[in-house]
Amino acid sequence: MSDITHPIEHHRDDEGTRLGFWLFLYTELFLFAAFFLVYSVYRSSHLEDFKLAAESLNTGIGTVNTIILLTSSLTMVLSLDALKKGSVKLAKTLLLVTFALGMAFLVIKGFEWSAKFEHHLFLQTAKGIAAGHGSPLLTPGSEMLPVGQVLFFGLYFIMTGTHALHIIIGAIWMLIVFFWMSKGSVNQDNHGVLERCGLYWHLVDVIWIFLFPLYYLVA
Amino acid sequence: METSPSQSYLNSHTSPKWTGGFMSWFMSTDHKRIGVMYAVAMFSFFFVAVLLGFVMKLQKMYPASSGWEIIPVELYGSFFTLHAIIMIFLFIVPGAPAVLGNFFLPLQIGAKDVAFPRVNLLSFWLYLLGAIMAVVGILLGGADTGWTFTPPYSINTKTISIFGVVFDSISWMLTAAFILGWGTILTGINFIVTIHRMRAKGMGYFKMPLFTWSIYATSWLQVLATPVVGITLLMIVIERIMPVGFFDPSKGGDPILFQHLFWIYSHPAVYIMILPSMGLVSEIIPTNSQKPIFGYKSIAIASCSIAGVGYLLWAHHMFTTGMSDFAAILFSFLTFFVAIPTAIKTFNWTATLYKGSITLTPAMLFALAFIFNFSIGGLTGMFLGSLSTDIHLHDTAFVVAHFHYTMFGGAAFGLIGGVFHYFPKMFGKMYSMKWAKAAFAFMFIGFNALYFPMLVLGYYGMPRRYHTYPDMPIFNDLQMASTLGSWILVTGVIMVFGVWIHALIKGKQTTEINPWNSSTLEWQTATPPTLFNFEEDVEITRDPYDYEAFRGEVKAGTSAGAKNV
Repeated sequence: MSDITHPIEHHRDDEGTRLGFWLFLYTELFLFAAFFLVYSVYRSSHLEDFKLAAESLNTGIGTVNTIILLTSSLTMVLSLDALKKGSVKLAKTLLLVTFALGMAFLVIKGFEWSAKFEHHLFLQTAKGIAAGHGSPLLTPGSEMLPVGQVLFFGLYFIMTGTHALHIIIGAIWMLIVFFWMSKGSVNQDNHGVLERCGLYWHLVDVIWIFLFPLYYLVA
Repeated sequence: METSPSQSYLNSHTSPKWTGGFMSWFMSTDHKRIGVMYAVAMFSFFFVAVLLGFVMKLQKMYPASSGWEIIPVELYGSFFTLHAIIMIFLFIVPGAPAVLGNFFLPLQIGAKDVAFPRVNLLSFWLYLLGAIMAVVGILLGGADTGWTFTPPYSINTKTISIFGVVFDSISWMLTAAFILGWGTILTGINFIVTIHRMRAKGMGYFKMPLFTWSIYATSWLQVLATPVVGITLLMIVIERIMPVGFFDPSKGGDPILFQHLFWIYSHPAVYIMILPSMGLVSEIIPTNSQKPIFGYKSIAIASCSIAGVGYLLWAHHMFTTGMSDFAAILFSFLTFFVAIPTAIKTFNWTATLYKGSITLTPAMLFALAFIFNFSIGGLTGMFLGSLSTDIHLHDTAFVVAHFHYTMFGGAAFGLIGGVFHYFPKMFGKMYSMKWAKAAFAFMFIGFNALYFPMLVLGYYGMPRRYHTYPDMPIFNDLQMASTLGSWILVTGVIMVFGVWIHALIKGKQTTEINPWNSSTLEWQTATPPTLFNFEEDVEITRDPYDYEAFRGEVKAGTSAGAKNV
């Protein structure tokens, strides 16, 4: 065969890419929307249990994490702004700060989770046995937590877990963008990737803004 | 070597690294090659699932008391689950958008490629990964949950162990469906951006061909609906491997909630399946009638309103779950409402035929069969959408026949017709018209012989998913007719594949750019298309189905439909 090769034409369409990325963010939002739907259905059917279970969550830790995440969104925007103005060094520093704040969020979340595990609220029980078996939170004489609280903690772990997974993905993405900025392929003129990474990070932030009141505040 | 983009896409590559053999396809970001790869994978899966269906029909040939048993009852459960999972997730949902949408969407709007060619390749890889995972799940354990994975059965049904290793085939298949879903979502995003940003100069929204319109509506549905089912299926996986209760009543969950979440996607998904085929019919009919399509705008808008209303009527799958009367009436009303845009399309297609100069090409035969079959499918859907008759017909063979009339007789007939329509353009080869028409006759007769008796069987109370039935004359005769129909249908399907494969290997080479005299843009370029689709940038000056202007252009010898600038 007399084959001929044509390298892909790098057709650059920032606006088209932005449109595509917003659509992608939309699908991410809908992914969580299904969780929120399940949450609201069970909250309305097990209201008392949800209130009781929510009281065992530490509002202080939740607040600290909220502040951390909001600050990280700020540093993200500042980083993009710095890159647009041409100060790559500042942009890189701010991106690293954002990354560090994301990690801090995960560490705090990790401590919170392990405290819950110690209270036998999840996972450490054998498969098939409902969560809460032998938990110190049980009222004396009962074998397991009421189903409403089991539902609450199940949703709590899965939703915050999925959120944490998104934090990890966002953080990895930041490192990649940081690397590209060091190489110079992401720069003042070509900052679309940082912008998209920032949009993703804000999405993660927005989802937390909803998770925080639903789990910590409305007890 | 000369680097002119004017060579067929079959001989030119997008990457200097992969220029030969398998990898030049597998690593190619060319939308046309990706479309062809989808076609090969999808039709292979389709054939496997057809054979599963064939065995199931064989099993139903004689009643239980005759001692006839081809497959035992447990295996029957696995068979219909696999048949459905393959047909739905691996064949008809990616379906026409993945094969013909990939190939012809950029050609129809005068673009060089889709907006994100590399994401397009990623979609295909996700499709393959999901397909392989599903097949592994099928081979090592299978599932008998039905494709709907309805809890609590799908949560509690056991896993099997192979050589002492626990293998959870149901979680595998659910995860596979999740991955396939992301492939679909990325394709949808890709097509939306392509249509928004890459139309040729002069191509306003209402100058787009109708297949592009239907792909556009489909893409929105893919983006809007798929994430919900993705996460819902993952919730089942989570519930299977962790002590969490979402849908299992023994842990406080609500199985009905699963059904809502599932059908919020899976009902729009039936429009994901059918809309692209409607688009293909809207291309085939004006071409073979040599006449502008009747009511162009109303078809375009009907596609979008089907997508819009189709999103809001999921709970008509759940009339028997004990939902409130008010909700049931609302969903029933919306179900009837969605019939309106569908009927508008059917009306427009038949009106296009009126006083047309009709050529009965194989594609046209399939398009006409689409109208016939889909009308039966749509009208029987009305039986199921009205509350009182649904109580009687729910979960009977009537439902099975209904959705096969829409999905097989509609969507798959449309897709096969579309492939016949576009085959010469795609490969530069011509198939045998005689054999193609014979294959159509077998498929059409076999299809109706198979499924029409099932409508009657369902009316007489034959439940779906049962592997046998009591010895009663009405059941025996109709089941026998249905089984005989399946033999004719399978013969037809094999003939269709035979015609295609024969054409690819030994078919007459053709470079004729417009064998059916079609006025739309995708036909006004080389056969097979070159890597960048068009030699130069194109500019659109007329409506896509303006056959009078098209004939003028042909007479004048100017490149039809598109003026070079």
